[in-house]
Amino acid sequence: MKDQQSSDEDPGETLKRTLKAQLQRRKKRVLERSSAQGTHVDDYDDDDVEEISTVQQRSEDEGPSEKAADPDGLSRPPTGSLRGLSSRIQHTADSQHLDDFVTRRLEEKRRAARAKVENAQPQEVSPEPASRLQSLRDRDTVTRFDRAVDPERAGRQDVPPTLSTRVKFREVARRASKGVPTAEEAYNFFTFNFEPDPQEETEKISRKRKKQKKASEGGDEEGGEDDDEQEDAEVDEGNQDEHEDQSEEAPLVRDEEGDLFVIEQSSQDFLEVKKAEYIGYRKCIQQESELLFRPSFRTVPTSIKLPENMKPRFLEDEGLYAGERPPVSLTNENILENRILKTEEGKKWFGDDGRIMALPDPIKESSTRPPLFQMEEDVDPALHTVYRKAVKSKYAYLYIAGSADPEGDYQLDVDVSGLIFSHHPLFSREHVLGARLAQLYDQYLTRQHNNLTGHLTDKLNGSRIALRNMLNVHGSQSLTPVMQQRISEYSLEVRNTRQLRDSEQEKDRTLLKNIVKVWKELKAQRDLQKYTNTPFKLYLRRENVDRASDEREYEDEILAEVVELEAESEEDYQRKLAEYKTQLEEWKLWRRKQKSKKKKKKKKKKGQAQDETEEEDEDQEASESEGPVEEGHPKPEPPEKPDFDSIEQQVREKASRIRRKPGEAILIPELSASGNITASELCPRPETARREDVTRRSLFIKILYNDKEVSRTDSRSLNSDFKVHFGQIFNLKIVNCPQSISLQVFEEIGSSCSLLAQVYIPVPEPSVLTGNGTLEEFEFSSNQRVMFDHDGVGSDVPLSFEADGSNKQTLLTSGKLSCCVSWGIGEDDVPLAPPVSQQPGGLHSGLGRLDAVTYIGASGLYDMKKIGEWATQSRLDPNDPKNGSIMQLLKLASSGEVTAPEYFRLEQLQEEFNFVTDEELERSKRFRLLRLRSQEVAEFRNYKCVPALEREVTDKVFQEYERRLKEGEEIDTRDHLDPQRARKAKQHQKIREAVINRFILAKHHFLLSDLVIEEEIPSIGILGLNLFKLAEPKRPLKPQRKERKKVTAQNLSNGDIKLLVNIIRAYDVPVRRPQSGPGQSSQTAIQGSDWLISQVQVRPFVEVSFQRTVLQTTTAEGPNPCWNEELQLPFSAPNGDYSTASLQSVKDEVFINIFDEVVYETGVTDKDKGKSIHTRVEKHWLGSVKIPFSTIYSQSRIDGTFKVNTPAVLLGYSKERSHGTNGGYDALRSLSEGAFITLFITIEPQLVPGETIREKFDSQEDEHLLQAAERFERDAARVYLDRPCITTVIDLNGKTVFITRYIKPLNPPQELLDAFPENSQEATALVARFVSLIPSLPDRVSFSGTCDLWSTCGEFLTLLAGDEEEHAVLLCNYFLSMGKKAWLIIGTAIPEGPTAYVLTYEQSRYLIWNPSSGQYYGQYDTFCPLQTVGSLVNADNVWLNIQEYTSPMTINFDVSKANLWKPFFSRSFTHPGLSSVQPEQLSYKRADKAAAADLQDSIEKILKEKIMEWRPRHPTRWNRYCTSTLKQFLPKLELSGGQDMAEGHRHELQSLLGDHRISGFPLHLPFSEIGPIIEAVHSTGVHNIQGSNVEFALAVYVHPYPNHVLSVWVYLASLVRT
Amino acid sequence: MATGNPSVFLLTVNGQIEGANFPEYDNLYCKYCFVYGHDWAPTSGLEEGITQITCKGSQSSHRLIWNFPLETTFKSTNPSGWPQLVVSVYGLDVFGNDVVRGYGVTHIPFTPGQHTRTIPMFVPEPTWRLQKFTSWLLGRRPEYTDPKVVAQGEGREVTRVRSQGFVTVSFHIMTKDMKKLGYDTGPSSPLNTPSATSGWSTEEQQYTT
Repeated sequence: MKDQQSSDEDPGETLKRTLKAQLQRRKKRVLERSSAQGTHVDDYDDDDVEEISTVQQRSEDEGPSEKAADPDGLSRPPTGSLRGLSSRIQHTADSQHLDDFVTRRLEEKRRAARAKVENAQPQEVSPEPASRLQSLRDRDTVTRFDRAVDPERAGRQDVPPTLSTRVKFREVARRASKGVPTAEEAYNFFTFNFEPDPQEETEKISRKRKKQKKASEGGDEEGGEDDDEQEDAEVDEGNQDEHEDQSEEAPLVRDEEGDLFVIEQSSQDFLEVKKAEYIGYRKCIQQESELLFRPSFRTVPTSIKLPENMKPRFLEDEGLYAGERPPVSLTNENILENRILKTEEGKKWFGDDGRIMALPDPIKESSTRPPLFQMEEDVDPALHTVYRKAVKSKYAYLYIAGSADPEGDYQLDVDVSGLIFSHHPLFSREHVLGARLAQLYDQYLTRQHNNLTGHLTDKLNGSRIALRNMLNVHGSQSLTPVMQQRISEYSLEVRNTRQLRDSEQEKDRTLLKNIVKVWKELKAQRDLQKYTNTPFKLYLRRENVDRASDEREYEDEILAEVVELEAESEEDYQRKLAEYKTQLEEWKLWRRKQKSKKKKKKKKKKGQAQDETEEEDEDQEASESEGPVEEGHPKPEPPEKPDFDSIEQQVREKASRIRRKPGEAILIPELSASGNITASELCPRPETARREDVTRRSLFIKILYNDKEVSRTDSRSLNSDFKVHFGQIFNLKIVNCPQSISLQVFEEIGSSCSLLAQVYIPVPEPSVLTGNGTLEEFEFSSNQRVMFDHDGVGSDVPLSFEADGSNKQTLLTSGKLSCCVSWGIGEDDVPLAPPVSQQPGGLHSGLGRLDAVTYIGASGLYDMKKIGEWATQSRLDPNDPKNGSIMQLLKLASSGEVTAPEYFRLEQLQEEFNFVTDEELERSKRFRLLRLRSQEVAEFRNYKCVPALEREVTDKVFQEYERRLKEGEEIDTRDHLDPQRARKAKQHQKIREAVINRFILAKHHFLLSDLVIEEEIPSIGILGLNLFKLAEPKRPLKPQRKERKKVTAQNLSNGDIKLLVNIIRAYDVPVRRPQSGPGQSSQTAIQGSDWLISQVQVRPFVEVSFQRTVLQTTTAEGPNPCWNEELQLPFSAPNGDYSTASLQSVKDEVFINIFDEVVYETGVTDKDKGKSIHTRVEKHWLGSVKIPFSTIYSQSRIDGTFKVNTPAVLLGYSKERSHGTNGGYDALRSLSEGAFITLFITIEPQLVPGETIREKFDSQEDEHLLQAAERFERDAARVYLDRPCITTVIDLNGKTVFITRYIKPLNPPQELLDAFPENSQEATALVARFVSLIPSLPDRVSFSGTCDLWSTCGEFLTLLAGDEEEHAVLLCNYFLSMGKKAWLIIGTAIPEGPTAYVLTYEQSRYLIWNPSSGQYYGQYDTFCPLQTVGSLVNADNVWLNIQEYTSPMTINFDVSKANLWKPFFSRSFTHPGLSSVQPEQLSYKRADKAAAADLQDSIEKILKEKIMEWRPRHPTRWNRYCTSTLKQFLPKLELSGGQDMAEGHRHELQSLLGDHRISGFPLHLPFSEIGPIIEAVHSTGVHNIQGSNVEFALAVYVHPYPNHVLSVWVYLASLVRT
Repeated sequence: MATGNPSVFLLTVNGQIEGANFPEYDNLYCKYCFVYGHDWAPTSGLEEGITQITCKGSQSSHRLIWNFPLETTFKSTNPSGWPQLVVSVYGLDVFGNDVVRGYGVTHIPFTPGQHTRTIPMFVPEPTWRLQKFTSWLLGRRPEYTDPKVVAQGEGREVTRVRSQGFVTVSFHIMTKDMKKLGYDTGPSSPLNTPSATSGWSTEEQQYTT
């Protein structure tokens, strides 16, 4: 409480003091108004009351307001209230009634205020909600403040305690105990009791409050108050202060009396004096225990703390988060609990767990640094923050502007010639004198040289003459004012010159005297010490003068001077006299005035007494009355008359002093250094010591350039004459601006050296070059204190030459350094100085102004403002071309177009480095093309010669690409005629693209073998073979085709590649059937006879078409023709891209068509009498073989006999073998039907086939299995090179899958099985046909040869496209489900190359099925396309063929024989039970007849259009009758599978169209899209039949099979009316 | 023909494969070919060639001299894929097999004028030592699948090579219309352009002025 009071107190005091200062100013006013004090107080009181009524709303400030409202000490704490009290007492002491009045007034006022407070109090508490956004401390303050105020008021002042505040406090307390204690209240509670800290804070706040209050009292804050109110308040304050002032001014004693008196009075008034009471300790305790409650510190049982019948509940145990409680000592906690329990509703403070509720521990886990609140002086001095100014390195990196070459174009030559000491510590006394003498002599010499005296004398004489002339000329005449002016000017000048001359003469004289004097001293010194140290000798040359003339001159001179001086003094006198007169006048005037005044006074005071004195002389009067009476004007003294005698005297004196006496010889001193120096041996010891010391010393000079040592001279020893000669020139190549050049003189004694002095040398003007620079002397000195014990005089040591030791001198080391700094000259006489404009010799600021970088710093260059500033400051010449760019920049900047960015850019020039903007890059077609090419987009991968100019890039280039992009979203139904298939194709395309992308990625990974051809390390066997080869005949009789050199495809261009097709022979070409119709013409008769005679049944030739190039062989004759011709077809790759990937994706096929050449004679013209016969040649298509280019490319050659794909029905031809029965072959041929052709196809030059992707695919297979599979394949490949063996394949997701997982019985469409319920043979054929009808799309084509992807049967049926593997797998699975024994054959076939066939075993024979054609062959069929059997696969195992032969005819298919077939899974490596990847069951969509009909119509339409298109120059007529007939045939053909229907057809047609020669055939294709159909029709060449009477017939039939498998039949016929 | 707005620029390369410095080998011949980008097309001259076999002279220099002329003109629209000259040197080993002695590549200089290039040569190394022996024995040293491999940067990391010798090639370069298409490859200061360059350069100057 106490300290609180005191602390509460002094803010009040300080406040007062501050106010006092302010009020002091008003004091006077208050003084003046002090008489009206009472009224003032009155006013004040009224005002105060008013004010408080207005204040009522201000709840918190109410307390203080009350206190401040009665400033006269009512609320003032007693300890510091003396002044306040005294001030009040002052009143009583001063004027009793006033005091009374005031006190009464104050009482009233206080009461009123209290009443107000009482009114305000409840208001104050109630509107203060708990949720108010007020800091807790504020609220605390309120209670605290009141508490602090109340007791003192009650106790000391004996004023009844204000009830209101009590009430208020209780209110707060009650409020705290009432209701649920909130966190806020809890905080209050705790802090209230235990924490002393907030008090300070509250104090501060309360202080603030007070201030505020005071201010508000003055009406500052309250809007309602007027200015005069404020004044009043101030007056009141002043009033109060005035009392103080009065007390201070009043005598001290009285003050003390008053003080004492006050105490007496107060004690009498308020206190009763009693005897001191003693209460015994026990009693005291007892009393206390009645009054006080001491909570025990025992633990409170939980049951008490909790409501009855409740068990403690621990939140933590229940898994809820309970914050960590702040650590409170158990005792404290117990005390607290006990106390709380005593209060009413104390249990509210306990939580469910029976502990006091507490907020989580507010202490932070990691300590943070608390802010320092102490005042500055409290801080440990070690912790004081010391401010150090940042030091700017001055000279570094200030490059001379314009020096492009960092090597330094500039060179400074520093010539250090030497130095002379004018004083050195080692000087002996004689030296000192000698040095002085030398110095004086030097001075003398320079003076002589300058000859100032002479000049001035001449000048003086000249002016005198001029003046004299002027006076003479004008003589007695009255002078014009101009002349007068001039004369006066001249005389003034004469006077000045004379004075100057005199002083110079005097100097000369004294110098001479000094020289003589020093010389004398020197001599005396020498005599004294009996040796000579210095070589100086002074000669005084006497120059005799003519005495008479000299005297005369002398006299003249004096005379002239005297005259002049006289004139001057006269003039002076006149002027002074004039001045005196005017002053005297003034004085007299003033005097008179004064007198009249006096008179008055005298009359008044002493009557007539001094009448006489009035008559006194004014002058006398003046002198009398001077001074004491008044300090008025002194009486001016009349100037003295110049004393002309004295003038002459003076002049003579002066002349004798400063001038040579007349007739005296002129003395010219000559100092020579020719004297002998006494040798050291003859000298006394101290002197020798000194001399030795001298010899030990040596000096060198460091040259510092921009405060950096750049070089130093050699060290030279000090001579006895204290001169050092260096004579060294240093060439400084400089880069930085020369800011300072300084030379440091170092003295070396032994090994230690010390800095003697530093000499700063100005940077030379650029014009000062090495040649013309003159040596300059720079003085230096050092204040080092040096003392010696020998004769050396030392430095900074007082020394005297007088005998009595007076007149001491202190000499410092000093000397002169002679050096020269100049700019160097280059080899070719080019001065190596910076240009004058960038003169480094100038001031730093000037230099900086010229160099922007120096001025604003390099970083500032990016700041436009700074550059602008600099430009204006340096006043750049805007016309200077050098400044052009800067001016432009500034113009831009000032125009506001370019504003320097406010932000920091990391890559400042990024934009500038951008080639073009991104938008432009997007827009430009050329850039787009380039980008697409570099991205290896298929269309542009090998685009050649991107045009150099934008305009040359046509939009056409992108059309295809854009179309493809668009197709990505849309499905083009035009080509596909079937939306479903289109969708499938799209899906296919997507898979393909994904794989291609993968492939492109993989393509950029190179292996050594891709780059370097290296021989394998030969095994012994091969080595032997090679050796054996040496013995081979050079030209074998039966040469074998040798491997040609393979060519990488990248550097090929169009026309480089040729496809070589060697057509060798054909077998069993269908023969013409003799027409046996009724209307046989004569020609046919002839033909018939021909046939009979020559047996020409057919004249076949072969036409090869590839990429629309068509070549044909010659025509051979007979059904077994032999051509043996080679055809060369050019090949061009798509987009000119001959890369491997591109070549592999070529989809073109080689069509080999066999035609029959039929020659018709159109008749013999009679004119020529049968000499010329007109014939027409027709070609009739007999059959074709298609070989995809990709097969040729991957196989590199195709060699073999192929079955010609002949139509089921060939009108006009018979497939039956003709009569020629050439026995032996029949046996073989009978096994198969149809025609065959023997071919050899290859590509020239041989291209390197694409390699399968090497990427290792991830797999879900067991690692063990994969390794085994790899081993198995590797072994197979090593031993049996030509036997394909596959154990793992890649599925559509790009994962490696073991092959047996693909084999699983799967149900064929039920419709097919139902078709022939009783004939399993037929059903099998139908299933095979169904499989073959699924379009074949070789993987190598679709996936760019990257890898062979195996799709499952489900995927295959969904995609409706796949290659042989998929077909074979599906067929195999069907057969398995039909209960057959079936295997997959992995082997090679023609023309497919490595492929998969299906092997079945039924009725004790093996059948080989070609899954893509649906045909089957017996094991011993010669024309079976399967050439080698590599391995067999079924669901359980893989067998590798390890028999000697691979041809199906020669091998045994019994896989159980381990010596013939090597199983993959054996006893050592059992089948792990691999589950199938195939779906459980295949579900099929039913055949959609309606869709098929639609398709049929559209195909027919398209084909008809095409045929007409192909015959542009001839009308194409359609024979409807024939067409409808043909249409009827087609379903039958489909039903029969194209077998054995020819006869029936022909007969039917023959009967219908007897008079037409018909040639036609049905084409059968699986449907994938329209393109292949058109291609097939085109390749038959039906449309090529010319002639006026030709008609065509075209019928299309589409047979639907389940699951959208479609079989397309096209019947084409040409009819020629005969 | 001087059209006002050219769409291609031309680069004429004259010069010769002067010779080589292979201290260890003798009786060498050299093959050369050009490798260039998609936008380049040779318009005249031989794109590849093969020199005579030369042996070292008895003089002290021990240089192999081919003096094989090069004369090719390219046209292009785009400096990307600037032609590179790939040279590969072959010689006969002790068994009489043709063995590669070095591959090397250099870009055709950009700037018109005369240039001399010394191309360092290297050969691929056998992957292991036994192969080195067998390749020597059989006369089948490792070779690049295509000499043009040395002109590409891709996939070189898989090979290891040994440096062999040097081939010196001199070039005389002329360009036409480069500047007009916005490609300035000329020497930095116009003063240094030799005034005696061929008609093309002067022609161009006429256009520009």
